[in-house]
Amino acid sequence: MLKKLAMGGIDWIDARIPMTDTWNKHLAQYPTPVNFNFWYFFGSLAMLVLVNQILTGIWLTMHYNPSAEGAFASIEYIMRDVPYGWLLRYMHSTGASAFFVVIYLHMFRGLIYGSYQKPRELIWIFGMLIFLVLMAEAFMGYLLPWGQMSFWGAQVIISLFGAIPVIGDDLTLWIRGDYVISGATLNRFFALHVVALPLALVALVFLHIVALHEVGSNNPDGVEIKQKKGSASEEAKGKFTFHKQYSGKKDIIDAIPFHPYFTVKDIMGVSAFLICFAAVIFFIPEGGGFFLEPPNFEAANGLKTPAHIAPVWYYTPYYAILRAIPDKLIGVVFFGGSIAILFLLPWLDRCKVKSIRYRSWIHKLNITQFIICFIVLGVLGALAATPLYTLIAQIASVGYFGFFIALFLYSKNEKTKPLPTRLTH
Amino acid sequence: MKKLLIALVALLPSLVFAAGTAVHLDKANYDLTDKASLQNGAKLFMNYCSACHSTAHQRYQRVATDLGIPDQLMKDNLIFTNSKIGELMTNSMDKKDAAKWFGNAPLDLTLEARLRGPDWIYTYLRSFYKDPARPFGVNNVVFKDVGMPHVLEELQGIPTAVFETTVDEKGVEHHQVVALESVESGEMSSDEYDRAVLDLVNFLVYSGEPNKLERQSLGFWVIGFLIILFVLSYLLKKEYWRDIH
Repeated sequence: MLKKLAMGGIDWIDARIPMTDTWNKHLAQYPTPVNFNFWYFFGSLAMLVLVNQILTGIWLTMHYNPSAEGAFASIEYIMRDVPYGWLLRYMHSTGASAFFVVIYLHMFRGLIYGSYQKPRELIWIFGMLIFLVLMAEAFMGYLLPWGQMSFWGAQVIISLFGAIPVIGDDLTLWIRGDYVISGATLNRFFALHVVALPLALVALVFLHIVALHEVGSNNPDGVEIKQKKGSASEEAKGKFTFHKQYSGKKDIIDAIPFHPYFTVKDIMGVSAFLICFAAVIFFIPEGGGFFLEPPNFEAANGLKTPAHIAPVWYYTPYYAILRAIPDKLIGVVFFGGSIAILFLLPWLDRCKVKSIRYRSWIHKLNITQFIICFIVLGVLGALAATPLYTLIAQIASVGYFGFFIALFLYSKNEKTKPLPTRLTH
Repeated sequence: MKKLLIALVALLPSLVFAAGTAVHLDKANYDLTDKASLQNGAKLFMNYCSACHSTAHQRYQRVATDLGIPDQLMKDNLIFTNSKIGELMTNSMDKKDAAKWFGNAPLDLTLEARLRGPDWIYTYLRSFYKDPARPFGVNNVVFKDVGMPHVLEELQGIPTAVFETTVDEKGVEHHQVVALESVESGEMSSDEYDRAVLDLVNFLVYSGEPNKLERQSLGFWVIGFLIILFVLSYLLKKEYWRDIH
């Protein structure tokens, strides 16, 4: 009786909006490569952290006061007087760092398995746009507590735009809304942080997934699971039914439906992630001074510069590149270039083989040196510059950009291993 | 741009200050579960510090509740202004006057322990020494040429500094404090004073984050729950994936 009623309800909805069809198309009958490994947890985790940021953000907004006079005190009000306000605040501040942790690991996955290559260039571009918006989102959010590091960090980064010839000074004035960082800057950053950029993020995440589901996921072997219609054996196609959108035109091999197999797997990943996330929130919310920096426990003061201004850890690699170059304008160009070049990755890599598993030793070496340079730059960007550190940062910057140049040169005629015809698992 | 330049020049001295804090800091072994120590810290803070320094993000009643001080006792003995017990712990010192008297208006200390760290405060309050050249007759090893008098002089007395002059490889002379000699002219012995300062530090650590103990104890429950969730979700995944392998 109850079941009949429920089915009737679903039919009623399906006659008006394609609910069941969408569910099948994107979850219950969406073909997912069977050999996804550890690196494939981070997409769903990024989504989880995004939801965490939005929900805790909404509740923080209810108590936060976006004004130069009241911002700092309202954070402490949230920490003390709002019931569980401290938890909301730490979930949000830790969530910001967690977002970058999972996004960097997600990007690393794309890098090693060649997930950016044809036909997934647009997925990569949307992903890079998400990364770019996320950086802006985090930068503007970091001003809101109105602490010393909020103020001076924003001062340093916005002044970089001043290096642009001709329009530089007017541009910084336009961004700040004042000659210095002030309440005007705080209010516009608040508006962008809580309304404009989250909207852009959600829209881009939607496009990222639409593009992904159109071409289908890559996998650790980098071998396509969609083959010419009629070419695959019944054994390879397996026992599952996939949505006609996918199985109508192609034979799908070595795939399983996303739901329930990857939903249960991702729940496991989510639980493991939440253990780490909770460990930080409840036991080291400052993240050793990297998630919440000590100078930010002092209210912003335009007349008193902190001894050492360091950006939050997720910006430090690019900041180190900026500082490694003695000329301000050239530094800013390379700073922007270090992000911009990532957009070009699908075209810089001219190899037909995607996964690192079947590529040359030179490619493995190149990725290894790139990761080392990235981490070295990240560490140096958090430290005060010394002549030795600057030299190391210069070498690591060469390694960072060298990765892309070398990739472009060797990938065309790379000596790769033969690809398997089926996924290995 | 000009405004910024002026600001930068104006704060050069503070930059030099900040650079000069590479002093050895003593470890403050505070204990947030020690209510007696926290109560003593609150007493010391209200009596010696609160005339100049506020803890303006914290409320009297919150302190009373957390530290196990009855409201009436708090009102009678630890609130020196006209504040009601539910109000924030501000003080009545005028910022402009204060800046005139001390060079800088005294800071709010609610978050001092999170800003500078407990060890810094613990060492700083035990590092005043006699220096007739300074306006208040004292200087500090941790915070050179500090604008603040030694407010705990009544308890500690004023130690005298032992200087040593060293010449570095460039031939520049450095006049440095190498030790402080306690004169024990205050109400407390050296050990008693150290303990009193530790209580004060304990109170400031508490003020910096009054929920710290609650946060940690809740954390064990949350992580315990998540570990169970992880085990169950692992078993669920294994059960489903039996079809695949």
